[in-house]
Amino acid sequence: MSEKAAADPSGAEVRDLRRIEPVVAPPHGAALRFVMPDGRLTPQGEAAGVDLGLARLLFRDMALARRFDAEALALARQGELGLWLMSLGQEAAQVGSIRALRPDDHVFPSYREHAAALARGLGPAELLRQWRGLAHAGWNPATHRFHFYSLVLGTQALHATGYAMGVLRDGADEIVMTYFGDGASSQGDVNEALNWAATTGAPVLFFCQNNHWAISTPAAQQSRTALHQRAAGFGLDSYLVDGNDVLAVHAVTSQAAARVRDTRMPAFIEAETYRMAGHSTSDDPGRYRADGEVERWRLRDPITRLEILLKAAGVGASFFTEVEREADALAAATRRACLSLPDPELADLFGTVYTERHGLLDREAAEYAEYVAQSLSEVPA
Amino acid sequence: MTTITLGAAINAGLRRAMNEDPRVLVMGEDVGRLGGVFRVTAGLREEFGAERVVDTPLAESGIVGTAIGLALRGYRPVCEIQFDGFIYPAFDQIVSQLAKTRARSGGAVTLPVVIRVPFGGGIGAVEHHSESNEALFAHTAGLRVVACADPADAAGLIRRAVACDDPVLFYEPKRRYWDKGEVDITMDLGDLPAMDRARVVRQGTDCTLVAYGPTVRTALEASAAAQEDGVSVQVLDLRSLSPLDVDTLYRCAKATGRMVVVHEASTFLGMGAEIAAAVTEECFHALKCPVLRVGAYNMPYPPSRVEEEFLPDVNRVLDVVDRALGY
Ligand SMILES: Cc1ncc(C[n+]2csc(CCOP(=O)(O)OP(=O)(O)O)c2C)c(N)n1
Repeated sequence: MSEKAAADPSGAEVRDLRRIEPVVAPPHGAALRFVMPDGRLTPQGEAAGVDLGLARLLFRDMALARRFDAEALALARQGELGLWLMSLGQEAAQVGSIRALRPDDHVFPSYREHAAALARGLGPAELLRQWRGLAHAGWNPATHRFHFYSLVLGTQALHATGYAMGVLRDGADEIVMTYFGDGASSQGDVNEALNWAATTGAPVLFFCQNNHWAISTPAAQQSRTALHQRAAGFGLDSYLVDGNDVLAVHAVTSQAAARVRDTRMPAFIEAETYRMAGHSTSDDPGRYRADGEVERWRLRDPITRLEILLKAAGVGASFFTEVEREADALAAATRRACLSLPDPELADLFGTVYTERHGLLDREAAEYAEYVAQSLSEVPA
Repeated sequence: MTTITLGAAINAGLRRAMNEDPRVLVMGEDVGRLGGVFRVTAGLREEFGAERVVDTPLAESGIVGTAIGLALRGYRPVCEIQFDGFIYPAFDQIVSQLAKTRARSGGAVTLPVVIRVPFGGGIGAVEHHSESNEALFAHTAGLRVVACADPADAAGLIRRAVACDDPVLFYEPKRRYWDKGEVDITMDLGDLPAMDRARVVRQGTDCTLVAYGPTVRTALEASAAAQEDGVSVQVLDLRSLSPLDVDTLYRCAKATGRMVVVHEASTFLGMGAEIAAAVTEECFHALKCPVLRVGAYNMPYPPSRVEEEFLPDVNRVLDVVDRALGY
């Protein structure tokens, strides 16, 4: 406060009117955290208390997701997938948030939300189809109320907002959640969505996983203010949470979701997490990431800290062996599912472009069929 | 002369352009520290500094919009769009602003902005990473649209593009980035082939294959295969898609009497459609058959498992050349 500030009789501080001060950005929040990296509870965590049943469920979800991700990575390395975008390290942000929703709340993911997808009930075959080059969308969004992945950054934020506007019109009490990254937050679409949702009162929960990197670009180069501050500037209720603390993520998402449901106003959660792997199997993070950074974040691993907490709370070894056994089974099922996915036929795709076939497509399909038949007949016996 | 890849040739051309003119800037997603996802800008940040090789926030509309502002201020930005399918957020800036500004200002304001676009399929990529959207921009008056096909030409073409005072969409065939060829990077700018001229890359007398970008190599391979069957096929590399070098097209069509256009983009309203119309209007009596097209079907680029069947390959090109010869 400037020296010229004086107190007026009402108690409010009056600024020196000769100096025109800019409006101040909303204050940077402190990240909500319940569990410290060493597994001990913070005072907030103590106050909230630990629901052991929930903690076990979230642990299992995270452990399965990590194993699934590792198996998919191996499949990609072996050439069975064209590309894989690893979710390693982001399990708590995804699992904690999706488990705080109702099953009928619709979700619009980006492309790295494998842990969220598994927790929603999607299977390995659905999750791998796209990355094996068999389809552009791996599943029907209606089945699990989980939209398919979007590779164009940020586009889904507007779709989520529009979907929520529909929910509002229908008088339904669902909410809509959308995931996106720190990089995508620079896109016009995301900023338009924040503004749109705020001005229309659309029940959307924007969930930003700030994993600190957009390929080689650090988050600090995307945004001068923290992303939750920006969202507050758009008029959204905005939260910051330790994205590697699954209990805190679950708590903050539960609370934000309840508020969105009650008030029919959007909200924003920034989860601080970390992309522990490269951007994808085509990326070489050694070209841009400082030595030691990954190691520092490994000490904040989301699964380790919950494991310590559970063990300290008396959860026995049998629970962990059982989760381990399930993870092994999931890995095996993932490999089997991947290798047995059927190849698509180009001929079938002509019928997928429009609701009704038209002359040009019919001619092209016929031409293609004729060409294939002719090439087959030319193959020497 | 050095033997380098197509990607390295563009890199060498950019380096030369940046050395020759301090107002040349490189900007885009991951072009600095990483050197671009295809490494086309590798080493430029180290050589010219982060002020001239700029890692931008993740927003294509922002990249092109701010490039326009920089150009208004006297700079010559070379923007990279990471993949063909991610240019659309910038569509408005390109089509409504970049393309129209010169005409709007009665010629008073020029915008020397280059937009590099890795394009086309064939690398087993996921959705939005294999598109051929050049015709959208060729259809837009005020933009120059060029496509390089091999290292020797690419190094010069990018220098010509950077030196051009009009906005240029510079298309790079991503599945040919690793093709090698001899490159002379010492040539003076003025001695380089003009940007808007096509070039005959293989002589032939029975038919002309017209190609650009990734399909130039396909056409060359088809021509070599046809030769074994005693058919002489000329190959024309368009280089410039807009403006279109119709003089060379007419000359070739009149010389061989048969023309087949090969591109990865949809044939429907693609470059081949314009070429067929223009050549038919001008060379009707010299033609022995209609101008034929080999390209994509009227569908989005398919999942990579079927892209080999989808992309025009040597066999499909030869099939259509046969059809042309059969008239
Ligand atoms: C519109 C658009 N531009 C560029 C890309 C290429 N691209 C894919 S992922 C990525 C970085 C995304 O970073 P972020 O949003 O933080 O998500 P993360 O990958 O870290 O999960 C880029 C530039 C894209 N997919 N879409």
